[in-house]
Amino acid sequence: MTLNATPLNNAHRALGARMVDFGGWDMPVNYGSQIEEHHAVRIDVGMFDVAHMCVVDVKGANVRGFLRGLLANNVDKLQVSGKALYSCMLTPEGTVIDDLIVYFFTEDWFRIVVNAGTAEKDVAWMQKQNEATKAGLTITQRRDGANAMALIAVQGPNARAKVWEVIPQSKDATAEMKPFNVALVPGTAFGEAMVARTGYTGEDGFEIGVPADQAEKLWNALAAAGVKPAGLGARDTLRLEAGMNLYGSDMDETVNPLDAGLAWTIDLVSERDFIGKAALQAKGQNQQFLGLILREKGGVLRSHQKVIAANGDTGEITSGTFSPTMQQTIALARLPMSVQVGDTVHVEIRDKKLAASVVKLPFVRNGKILAA
Amino acid sequence: MSNIPADLKYTESHEWVRAEADGTVTVGITEYAQEALGDIVFVELPKVGNTYTAGDDCAVVESVKAASDIYAPVSGEVVAVNDAVVASPESINADAYANWMFKIKPSDANAINGLLDADAYGKTAG
Repeated sequence: MTLNATPLNNAHRALGARMVDFGGWDMPVNYGSQIEEHHAVRIDVGMFDVAHMCVVDVKGANVRGFLRGLLANNVDKLQVSGKALYSCMLTPEGTVIDDLIVYFFTEDWFRIVVNAGTAEKDVAWMQKQNEATKAGLTITQRRDGANAMALIAVQGPNARAKVWEVIPQSKDATAEMKPFNVALVPGTAFGEAMVARTGYTGEDGFEIGVPADQAEKLWNALAAAGVKPAGLGARDTLRLEAGMNLYGSDMDETVNPLDAGLAWTIDLVSERDFIGKAALQAKGQNQQFLGLILREKGGVLRSHQKVIAANGDTGEITSGTFSPTMQQTIALARLPMSVQVGDTVHVEIRDKKLAASVVKLPFVRNGKILAA
Repeated sequence: MSNIPADLKYTESHEWVRAEADGTVTVGITEYAQEALGDIVFVELPKVGNTYTAGDDCAVVESVKAASDIYAPVSGEVVAVNDAVVASPESINADAYANWMFKIKPSDANAINGLLDADAYGKTAG
């Protein structure tokens, strides 16, 4: 099978990246040391090719009404143009089709950014609902074709300053912009740029969308300004420290989002009905999503390892790694409701049962260790 | 292509093996293996005195992204381990051939002759 390639594929190869098959995409896992790339984002600035993710434009009359039914979070929280919202899109059974960010531009134009591996499934689901509800909207993916966009995430305490240096026109539009907002900046050296103050690292920064044919030029300009290229390896350790869910590991179409730490994104309060709501109300929450820090030597926490509470109840690690910031091995886990923050549990690693502490998420935010 | 010293023997599972003058063999992981694993953060070594059959898993190397078993390249008894790589797992990334993991006294002195030479290993780990 031929792998999909982003517009930055040649740039990665020129930098000597180690490339891997990431859900059918030929992507850089690192450009040397994953740990150095991780630290660059925590203390300075790094950038990620996230052009495998897919921009989807939803246009037409009453997009808001359509998204009220489609998304588990409440798009009525988006009242000012440029505001963004994190949400899940659920099956009627109340499991997770994907997690996404939705951006509000105008009442007849919302933009959604979805995960790489789920994009085709997501767009097909949106189209199906568009037809079922007779919403009459135009739903357009922007990853392929003449109007393709490519996304680059620039993250770290110095990320915004570097972006303003490379795209001077973006400064006025974004200097006062709060997190989870977006600005469209026309007339840059890279065409019209979408500059969103969002990310997946627990640091400040921007996710920037430009026309796909401008992506390599922007990447090289950022590199020349001192932004360190970082691969998917560092992206995973950064998001895990930040306590952010990864679709396919921490939740998927078999998982109740209330058990995966996503209750804060699911609006069960308002009168609004949405796909999956009734199923979630019936199921309720049966597990809790918390952090683990390994307290004994003997390995690294990894997904699918079994967690055993003091009373014998069991849970499962959904993501685990060695934390470069904390210099400890950490994990995200679905744990039984009987477990409390501060408890000691045991994790099965090979032939051993090793002690781990249960902690609140996130582990790290804005360069600071919060869980220890 | 990664560095494959001509004076060592190799396994298909990416261990390197050096025959020592005292009849023991020293074992580590290859440059190719450390590159594939990425930043190494944990090493578990066998106990001195344990005996293994060739192909048994006897040690573990974990990087940030994955865990990998290390296999006994020949049958025999573990006679020494390098605790320095347990204390500093990243030293294997820095120099995979200098930072050995354990030494085995082979039960068959000729067993090492059955392993891959540098040319043959180079064809499997290009």
